Amino acid sequence: MRVVVDLNRCQGYAQCCYAAPESFELRGHEILFYDPAPPDEARPRIERAQQACPVRAISIEPAGLDRDDAP
Amino acid sequence: MTGDPGIVVVGASLAGLRGAEALREAGYDGPLTIVGDEPYRPYDRPPLSKHVLAGELPPEATALPQQRPLKAHWRLGQPATALDRQRKAIRLGDGSEVPYTKLLIATGARARPWPGEGAHLAGVFTIRGRDDAAALRLALARPPRHVLVIGAGLIGCEAASCCRDLGVPVTLADSNSTPLARVLGTVVGGTIAECLRRAGVAYRAGTQVDALTGEGGHVAGARLRDGGLIETDCVIVALGAIRDTEWLAHGGLRADAGGLTCDAACRALTRAGDPDPDIGAAGDVARWPNPLYGGREMTVEHWGNAVEQAAHAARTLLHPEDPRPYRHLPAFWSSQFGINIKAVGLAEGADAVAIVQGDRAARRYLAVYGRSGRSIAAVSFDQARWLPSYADRIAEGAAFPPILDATDQGRVEILAPGFPPARRGPAAEGRMREVAHV
Repeated sequence: MRVVVDLNRCQGYAQCCYAAPESFELRGHEILFYDPAPPDEARPRIERAQQACPVRAISIEPAGLDRDDAP
Repeated sequence: MTGDPGIVVVGASLAGLRGAEALREAGYDGPLTIVGDEPYRPYDRPPLSKHVLAGELPPEATALPQQRPLKAHWRLGQPATALDRQRKAIRLGDGSEVPYTKLLIATGARARPWPGEGAHLAGVFTIRGRDDAAALRLALARPPRHVLVIGAGLIGCEAASCCRDLGVPVTLADSNSTPLARVLGTVVGGTIAECLRRAGVAYRAGTQVDALTGEGGHVAGARLRDGGLIETDCVIVALGAIRDTEWLAHGGLRADAGGLTCDAACRALTRAGDPDPDIGAAGDVARWPNPLYGGREMTVEHWGNAVEQAAHAARTLLHPEDPRPYRHLPAFWSSQFGINIKAVGLAEGADAVAIVQGDRAARRYLAVYGRSGRSIAAVSFDQARWLPSYADRIAEGAAFPPILDATDQGRVEILAPGFPPARRGPAAEGRMREVAHV
């Protein structure tokens, strides 16, 4: 799955790091390191991280998104 | 070809993707074509100069999430090579022609190549695209005996930081007395100089590299203007970016190496100075009069602008009857040497800088830049939570310094920001309007 965090918006509240510790990690005082391509089985935790983010900085590609090209 | 050719997005980048998504989100259900010069779907650039170089993320992990179905024709691995506005078509690298009803230009920029002797030696790198980062990562994993980074902008400093994390000896050469001198001034740049020193980077201030020298086709050193020589087997050229506008040369638009000039609603201007209602532009390539700065023309090479301007330009294309000005407060972030750096506004041209929160000596503070008594920009070193309050004041053009009586504030220190004198030469005028990563 695909994830991107708007790091302009991120304030280092680290709620994502509690919700999905294997995918989000806070380094130093407030540097967020995250896995932009976590395994599909991490989706429930990543969605919790997205919900928990106080500044709504996390975007996730919807499950089962139709990425098909135009015919 | 019969029927409506639809909207063509040129540039399969962050701006191109978000622009395409915005078109669909706004209900556009006609044909949509996305053209990209690289063979990849849109990917995220910020990790390239950090986690990809460090070997923490493979380059392909940077593919961006797509937020809705696009039903697009993807034409990847094909650069746009020409625009014909009379026939409403673009030409691609393979010679094929793509007609359009409306066009969204998001071709971005590319790394400024090494301008001197030695550009084609093995071991000389730039960092812009996925392939650049992948190639440099391979070289760093070997590892080289020594890395020379030329240019102490954001990318140069991030690369130097990565090299030190990998234990590789690094020299960072820049013509200014501190890193990021043009973006943040030498007072704040001094904080980064201190980080470099503590991390063991050899910072060579006031240094002009004249030529790269090679042995057997591989880089072996850098010859300096002062006659000195730096021995090195890996060079990272971090001299900013050039806008990808060559393909527009005969399109009758106002395009040059500084960008594609647009009106306030992000519609491309013709040579006559009228907006072409069928051509919008967004991201690094778009130069537009930003109402937040009194209509000053600027390009903003940052992630947040790519996202917001793409959505704005998409809206303008779909609602030609209601063009709205794109008002944008530039913002960027960088992480290097374990510190999170975030900035809002344009600090260039400031006549004062105030340390309004935290402690400069501890390299954890927030500084606000002022010009003629107004607050114009702010930068935070590991103090990101304060930044939004200051960003609001800056967007309002509040008096400088904007906040003086907060209970958690110490003594506010006000200093001259120490911007280097403007560059001379023919390129200077174009460059002063940019927020370049140099």
